Amino acid sequence: MSEITAEQVAHLAYLARIDLSPLEITSLTHDLGQIVDSIAKVSEVATADTPATSHPMPLTNVFREDVVVPSLTVEQALSGAPDRAGDKFRVPAILDEE
Amino acid sequence: MAKAELMDFDKALELFEPVLGFEVHVELNTKTKMFCGCANEFGSGANTNTCPTCLGLPGGLPQVNKKAIESSIRLGLALGCEIAEHSRFARKNYFYPDTAKNFQTSQYDDPICHDGSITIELESGRLVTVEIERAHMEDDAGKLTHMGGATGRIQGADYSLVDYNRGGVPLVEIVTQMIEGAEHDAPEIGKTYVAAIREIAKALGVSNARMEEGNVRCDANVSLRPRGSNVLGTRTETKNVNSLRSVERAVRYEIQRQAAVLAGGGTITQETRHWHEDTGITSAGRPKSDADDYRYFPEPDLLPMAPSREWVEELRLTLPEPPAARRKRLQAAWGFANLEFQDVVNSDLLDAVEATVAAGASAQAARKWWTGEIARLANAAGVAADSLVTPAQLAALIELVEAGTLTDRLARQVLEGVIAGEGTPAEVVDSRGLAVVSDDGALIAAIDAALLGQPDVLAKIRDGKVQAAGAVIGAVMKAMRGQADAARVRELVLERAATIE
Repeated sequence: MSEITAEQVAHLAYLARIDLSPLEITSLTHDLGQIVDSIAKVSEVATADTPATSHPMPLTNVFREDVVVPSLTVEQALSGAPDRAGDKFRVPAILDEE
Repeated sequence: MAKAELMDFDKALELFEPVLGFEVHVELNTKTKMFCGCANEFGSGANTNTCPTCLGLPGGLPQVNKKAIESSIRLGLALGCEIAEHSRFARKNYFYPDTAKNFQTSQYDDPICHDGSITIELESGRLVTVEIERAHMEDDAGKLTHMGGATGRIQGADYSLVDYNRGGVPLVEIVTQMIEGAEHDAPEIGKTYVAAIREIAKALGVSNARMEEGNVRCDANVSLRPRGSNVLGTRTETKNVNSLRSVERAVRYEIQRQAAVLAGGGTITQETRHWHEDTGITSAGRPKSDADDYRYFPEPDLLPMAPSREWVEELRLTLPEPPAARRKRLQAAWGFANLEFQDVVNSDLLDAVEATVAAGASAQAARKWWTGEIARLANAAGVAADSLVTPAQLAALIELVEAGTLTDRLARQVLEGVIAGEGTPAEVVDSRGLAVVSDDGALIAAIDAALLGQPDVLAKIRDGKVQAAGAVIGAVMKAMRGQADAARVRELVLERAATIE
């Protein structure tokens, strides 16, 4: 059994800015534990000479040339913004007064 | 904001050993952003250079800019780094409104460049080798403007505005190893190191390298170790110290502030601090522990990179002469005294002087004009000196002075004409009629008139009081509208005074 704790799930939820109820934390702690256990089984199959990969594709060096393409218009860029001021996105205060 | 207690710098150094580290961000001057084809431009209208990829909208798919990889490798090579055979991007996850994707695309355990070093020279001549741990690629964040509140700063703001034009612009972050043994030179090491990085980036042409536009930004890590201890102190990271002078001041300030806290029995909090250019102090930002939980993982939307050794060697061949070596070579070739040479370097006129010398001028004359009259005019106009005239124009002007066609005074007038767009120096001499009057006949006529007009002066000169000739020389220069060689006029005045009837 994995060692995922409710505290870890609550911390992760905070980092991801997801608001979880105590009930959801309990069930997610269980679910995440199972996921971690399942993934651990893969490690039993992988041998030391299997290099870790971050990608299933046997491809490297896929590059784009440095050529400008048209951007969105300002209106398009701001169309999904919850709030704006002129041509800028408007966001709530970031830090509280010291 | 409460002013922190500071300990005298020398006293702080007696009690503690400063340990430094720097993270310098170099913004690359590619035409487009790191992962999309939006223009990488400074000063465009807000949010005009954005697309679904750099705004982090659903469906946006990043594509790596080849030129940015090339620039990063060249920068790494110039810093003496190894270029990784395998490298990849990683997501650094955090929420902050200047980062639309909610993660920064950066590099974690496979940076493109690692294990380099550069040697910098301090004013005392002391050489310091700064070890480079890594230089990795990442994308820049957007620009925040804090509104409301008393100060326009992040603290106390009512809300903030975001312009994402800079979001996604390619950066190389250069991270040093710990720098120990800096001692009293710690502030100067900070300044000189950042200056060296800036100079290298500029010489490579990979960045515009203008600190005032944020092309080169420095985070300074400072910690203090009590003398006789081998345990490192807790460090602070002062963010966005964006001028060379500020790097020096911020390092000095943190040493003095931390020393006062530690000597008073307090402890240093590991945190990021903000540098305030206006007041010259740092203030606490977010504590480090919480924000450090970035949950890096390999970027699933980008493929790994494997720069071939052939490509790396090709790029190595494109490296320019290292700036420090070039400075040494040029100073020796030009025979400048240290102060003269520093003047040129500090005014950012090394390229201009070099090109003027290449165009045929003597080094001393090129230096004198660039750091003198041209710098003065540029300063008054608020522009860069090398934007006023070309090295070829200046070399042509210097040639006219050396040939005796122009006095320095006339040459300054010709320079004004050239700057005003009136043509080449020779053309301005013609159109403004500014050449020195070298026709002795014209000079003698003016001298005779002046001598006869001031018989008392003539009598004095004949009595051997040659300093009286000054009044006549002045009158002649005035009559010639300054277009005469004063030394020649003096010669002729003495000659005529002896013979005139």
